Amino acid sequence: MAIDRHELWGNLGMDLETHDVLCSVLPQAFGDVYLSQENRPEGMAFWDMVVADVHGIRPQELVDEQAKGRKVFGTFCTYVPDEVVIAADGIVTGLCGGSQFWVPEGEKYLPADMCPLIKASLGARMGKTCPFFRIVDQIVGETTCDGKKKMYEIMAEDVPMYIMNLPNMKRPQDVAAFADEIALFKANVEEVTGNEITVEKLAEAIKVINERRKALARVYETRKNSDVIPISGTDALLMMQIAFFDDPVRCAQMANKLADELEQRLVDGVSVFPAGTKRILLTGTPLAIPNWKLHHIIETSGAAIVCEENCTGTKFFTNLVDESQTTLEGMYQALAERYMKINCACFTPNKTRIDEVLALAKEYKVDGVINTNLKFCTTFKTEAPALEKALEEAGIPVLDIETDYTDNDAEQLRTRIGAFVEMLSE
Amino acid sequence: MRIGIDIGSTAAKAAALEGDELVCTLVVPTGFNGVDAAMRLADGLRAQGIDPTACDANVVATGYGRISVPYAGKTVTEITCHGRGATYLFGGNGTIIDVGGQDTKVIQLQDGKVKKFVMNDKCAAGTGKFLEVIADRMGVTQEELATLAAAGEPTQISSMCTVFAESEVISLIGKGEPRENIANGVIESVITKVASLAGNLVQGDVFLTGGLCDNDYVLERLSSHLGKPVCTDPNARYAGAIGAALSI
Ligand code: SF4
Ligand code: SF4
Repeated sequence: MAIDRHELWGNLGMDLETHDVLCSVLPQAFGDVYLSQENRPEGMAFWDMVVADVHGIRPQELVDEQAKGRKVFGTFCTYVPDEVVIAADGIVTGLCGGSQFWVPEGEKYLPADMCPLIKASLGARMGKTCPFFRIVDQIVGETTCDGKKKMYEIMAEDVPMYIMNLPNMKRPQDVAAFADEIALFKANVEEVTGNEITVEKLAEAIKVINERRKALARVYETRKNSDVIPISGTDALLMMQIAFFDDPVRCAQMANKLADELEQRLVDGVSVFPAGTKRILLTGTPLAIPNWKLHHIIETSGAAIVCEENCTGTKFFTNLVDESQTTLEGMYQALAERYMKINCACFTPNKTRIDEVLALAKEYKVDGVINTNLKFCTTFKTEAPALEKALEEAGIPVLDIETDYTDNDAEQLRTRIGAFVEMLSE
Repeated sequence: MRIGIDIGSTAAKAAALEGDELVCTLVVPTGFNGVDAAMRLADGLRAQGIDPTACDANVVATGYGRISVPYAGKTVTEITCHGRGATYLFGGNGTIIDVGGQDTKVIQLQDGKVKKFVMNDKCAAGTGKFLEVIADRMGVTQEELATLAAAGEPTQISSMCTVFAESEVISLIGKGEPRENIANGVIESVITKVASLAGNLVQGDVFLTGGLCDNDYVLERLSSHLGKPVCTDPNARYAGAIGAALSI
């Protein structure tokens, strides 16, 4: 890691001393989880490089673009339509906090019994220890779970905040309401960027984001092969986590390059796991970077994750936006229709998630499903029993895990996951 | 000869099988060091003419300290081992409840295979740890605590959290509440938590394994909460070790 970024961080008003502590633990964590893996695809080198300088490379790019007059929007949810921002030549960056490092700072403002993703996100902003949170010109929140909604109120005291109103149901009138909401968001983005969003620009942005979806889906497609597992779940997760931060065009390029390599691996029979390794689908709450905890434990316990059904997985790229619309209104509706297909537990009912998990379990030929929710996430936890029941009825073994960002429960998780893998092997 | 070593958080157990016959069982306190406990078990086994460190010995380790048994050839999780041990002791169908020193597990068995299981989260409520803390506070052993409980009147201990429950117990002691009644409340609190963990996993006959299994009062209260008889076996505390021996 050659370049010293302290000047950049200093200019962003960061707490350098505390941030140095974070910088000193991340490489170790990354090395333990990532570099200990064998036979990784060469294409992962790009993401390894990005993580090695995760608070440097991309933040520097963003700052350089800002100097040219471009605006950066920070988001927390896969429901926020990147297309609108891209159409105005804005930049989107994901912000979800995935490290325990930020939790204590978040707890200064939030109740302790709140999900760690929410606490870490606020902590990263308030503690001034994440450059992305400092760079953003505006944060785009959304009305999903109650915890995030209330957290946004606190964060809004510190940074410009725009909230999108998400419906809680998915009837046709709700989809129409979300289309209206996208129109309002367009006006906000135009105001922040000073750029007009035209039919042509929005159509182009829809194509760009669809291309990213297709590229990521290509990588996932190779994980469906029943004999060869060409990439570990741990590596695939890293690609997904960074997709939230990266430029969408480059993200698509890199994912396509990786997909080329993985497709070749299928032809050559190059697998990163021994034959017979149990195949796991992981479903549940998002895994924000650098949350690699479950992937690491599962993949060092004799199993392989072949699919993530969550917002740092299939939810991010499944379903394309219809590209045939010729008016802004038509595009808002097309966008709304695509986004409203994301099966998030914040919606009711959410039976479509169960259907999707069942379908994915089949497509990815899994031996078992691990359903996880972050501690204190009420929505995902509450719908867990229904999901498990459906899986059991379909004859698919399932393990339920509630956990947070700390390592306190790592040994217990090893036992439970180890026992689950032993159970699948009987 | 097949040997199973089960290093639990409180007790370390060994079981040796000759063919399918259980020829030796042994238990020592785990203490602070799993490796040390494993070595003490080895000494104990040797005293009975069984050398687990001999090169032809077949040893499998399980339990939360399973990685600290230097002479074990492999490790298997305690869930799988309890399932196998219980199959040996009780037959391969039914529900196993194991109240361990640190973890409580409920395992549904079908035809000798683990079909489903749950484990308490990392909190100590509903585990032997809770009993240990409170028994220590009251100056009795866990066995004495259960005996006292049988003679006591129902007494409410409302906190699930061990730390809060401990201070509740202190204040009950301060108020002069008879020890029997406090013990009764404590056991009831553990059983309630265990029964709720078992919840809808209970299927068929129920067997209790682990350190509490030879206490009649515990068995009686658990039966009453689950609404069905709970059986055990004198060797049930060795279920994990027996299962480990069977995992060779
Ligand atoms: S889980 Fe729901 S609230 Fe969270 S990012 Fe995904 S869609 Fe948004
Ligand atoms: S994990 Fe659950 S509680 Fe946390 S932000 Fe997402 S929906 Fe909200």
